[in-house]
Amino acid sequence: MNKIQAIVRKEWAQVYRNRLVLLSIVFMPLLFTAIPLIILYTTRDMGSGTAGATEVPPQFAQICSADMVGAECFQYYMVSAFMLMFMMTPLIIPVNIAAFSIVGEKTTRSLEPLLATPITTVELLAAKNLAATIPAVLATWLGFGLFLVGALLITTSNRLVSALLNPMWLVAVLVVGPLLAILSVNFSMMVSSRVNDPRVAEQLSALVILPLLALFFGQISGFIVVNQRVVLLMAAVLLLLDSGLIWLAVRLFERETILTRWR
Amino acid sequence: MIQTENLTKRFGDVLAVDDLSLTVDEGEVFGFLGPNGAGKTTTVRMLTCLIGPTSGSAVVNGHVVGRENTAIRRTVGILTETPGMYDSLSAEYNLELYARLYEVGDPKAAVEKYLRMLGLWERRAEDVGTFSKGMRQKLAIARALLHEPRILFLDEPTSALDPESALLIRDFVSGLRKQGRTIVLCTHNLDEADRLCDRIGVFKSRLLVVDTPARLRSQLFGRKVVFHLRGAAKPFVDSVRALPFSQEVRAVDNKLVLTLDDPEAHNPDLVRALVGVGADIQFVGELRRSLEDVYLQLVRSS
Repeated sequence: MNKIQAIVRKEWAQVYRNRLVLLSIVFMPLLFTAIPLIILYTTRDMGSGTAGATEVPPQFAQICSADMVGAECFQYYMVSAFMLMFMMTPLIIPVNIAAFSIVGEKTTRSLEPLLATPITTVELLAAKNLAATIPAVLATWLGFGLFLVGALLITTSNRLVSALLNPMWLVAVLVVGPLLAILSVNFSMMVSSRVNDPRVAEQLSALVILPLLALFFGQISGFIVVNQRVVLLMAAVLLLLDSGLIWLAVRLFERETILTRWR
Repeated sequence: MIQTENLTKRFGDVLAVDDLSLTVDEGEVFGFLGPNGAGKTTTVRMLTCLIGPTSGSAVVNGHVVGRENTAIRRTVGILTETPGMYDSLSAEYNLELYARLYEVGDPKAAVEKYLRMLGLWERRAEDVGTFSKGMRQKLAIARALLHEPRILFLDEPTSALDPESALLIRDFVSGLRKQGRTIVLCTHNLDEADRLCDRIGVFKSRLLVVDTPARLRSQLFGRKVVFHLRGAAKPFVDSVRALPFSQEVRAVDNKLVLTLDDPEAHNPDLVRALVGVGADIQFVGELRRSLEDVYLQLVRSS
C-alpha cells in the first residue's frame, strides 16, 4: 500500500508542476459547470408560461414531469443535454494524466529504474489508475456540487429544482462518473503501454469520449432519451467494460516488451 | 553471490546473450567489457529481473531469476544506463520515492545519508532538471544504494561524464568495494575496469574470457620486465638468454626487455647475473600492457 501511495503522490506532484495538465483538470469541470448554469441564467426570464414548449422535442416530454410547463421543460431539456457533456469531465481529465503516465516514464527513461524496484505490475497499475481517477472523480463531483448550488441560486422554479435533484443525475454523477473515469484511465493505460509518443497516446486515448458524444448528439437530435433506465444501463455496461479493461491493461503491460521494444 | 548457467537471451532472430555461464563471488568487483551491442546491458537486465532469459538459469543472492524476482529486486541495486530521474521533482523527492518503493525503514534518514555522502545535500530541494550530468549520475547512484543492497549493478557509471565527475564516481565505487559489496560493472572505460575490477569478463554475445586484469595481460602477452642500464644494452643480451628462465630477450638502446613467467622469483637472479657481467643497472620495472591491448586482442580474435 505504501508503494501505491508513493507512486500516486509522485504522479500528483508531477501533474501539479505540469501547467498544461493542471489547467485541463481545472478548466474542464469549470467549463462544463458554467455552460448549464449560463443556460439556466439566460432562460430564467422565460417565465412559467408555455413559452418555449414548441422547441422541446416531443420525445423529451417523457422525462419532464407532468406538472412542468413548457419553459421549465425546455430549461430541463437544455440542462440535461449539457449534463451529458458534463459527464465528459471524468473521461477527459484522466486521459491527460494517464496517457502521459506510462509513455512519459518511458520517454524520460524513468521506467527502467522504477521497474527494477520490488513494485509489482498490479501495484504499479493500481497506483497509476488511482492517480488519474481520483482527481477526475473529485473534479466531477465538485463541478456537480457547484452546478447544484448555482442552479438553486439562479432558478426560481421549485419543479425545476426538484427535477435537477432527480436521483438519476445523482446516480450519473456519483456512480457513472467514477466508472467512466476508470474506463478512460484503463483505456489510456492500454494505449500508452503500446505506443511510444505521449501525444499519440493522448490522441488515441481521447477516442474514449466518442460513445458519450454519440449519446449527447443522440439526445439533442431526439433519437435517444437519457432517462433513469438508460443511466442504470450505462452503469451496468461500464462496470463490465471496466472489469474487462482492467484485466486487459494488466495483461498488456509487459515489462519486457515495454523496456526492450520502445525506442 | 551471482551464478549463471547457460544463460541465453534471444530477441526474435537476434541472439543477444549466448550461453553465459559465470560466477561472481561475494565482495568481488566484476567488470563486463565488450563492444556496443555485446549483450552487457541485456545480461544486467536479466540478472535484475527486468527481462526474462530465453533459456538457462541464474541465481542472484540465493534467489532464482524468474521465480523469485521480487526478492531479487529487493536485494540488488541498479544504476541504469541513463539516470532516469524525474526532472520536475527535487533530488530529495526523487530519492524519497525510491526509498519507499524499496521499503526502506527510515526513508528520510537513508536519503539524507546518501545525499550528504555524494555532496548533494545542499542542492536537495532543487529540481533534478537543473542538475548537471554528473550530479544526476551521483543521484542515480544514491538511488541504487538507498536500500543498502549487497549486490550492485552499475551500467556505464562514468559514461558521458567530465573527467572530474568520472573520478568522483570512481572513487565512490572504490569506497563501495571496500564496504564488501558485490559490484557488477559494465563499462567501455578500460582504465576504469583495470583500476576497479577484481575480475573481468570480456563479452561479445558470449563470454570470451574471464580472469583478473593482470592474468589476462600475462596470458595474452606474457609478463615483461625492463632493465634500464647505463650504456647500451645489446652486449648483455646473450648473457641473459643463457639463463634458464628467460624467454624472449630484446635490447632497445639502453633497455633490456625480457619476458618472464614469474618476475618476482627471477628478478633477483637476473640482477645478480647482469651485475656479474658488468652491467650498471639504473632501475628495473615491469612493462605493463594496457587493458585496452588485452581487450582489443580478445575482441578482434573472436
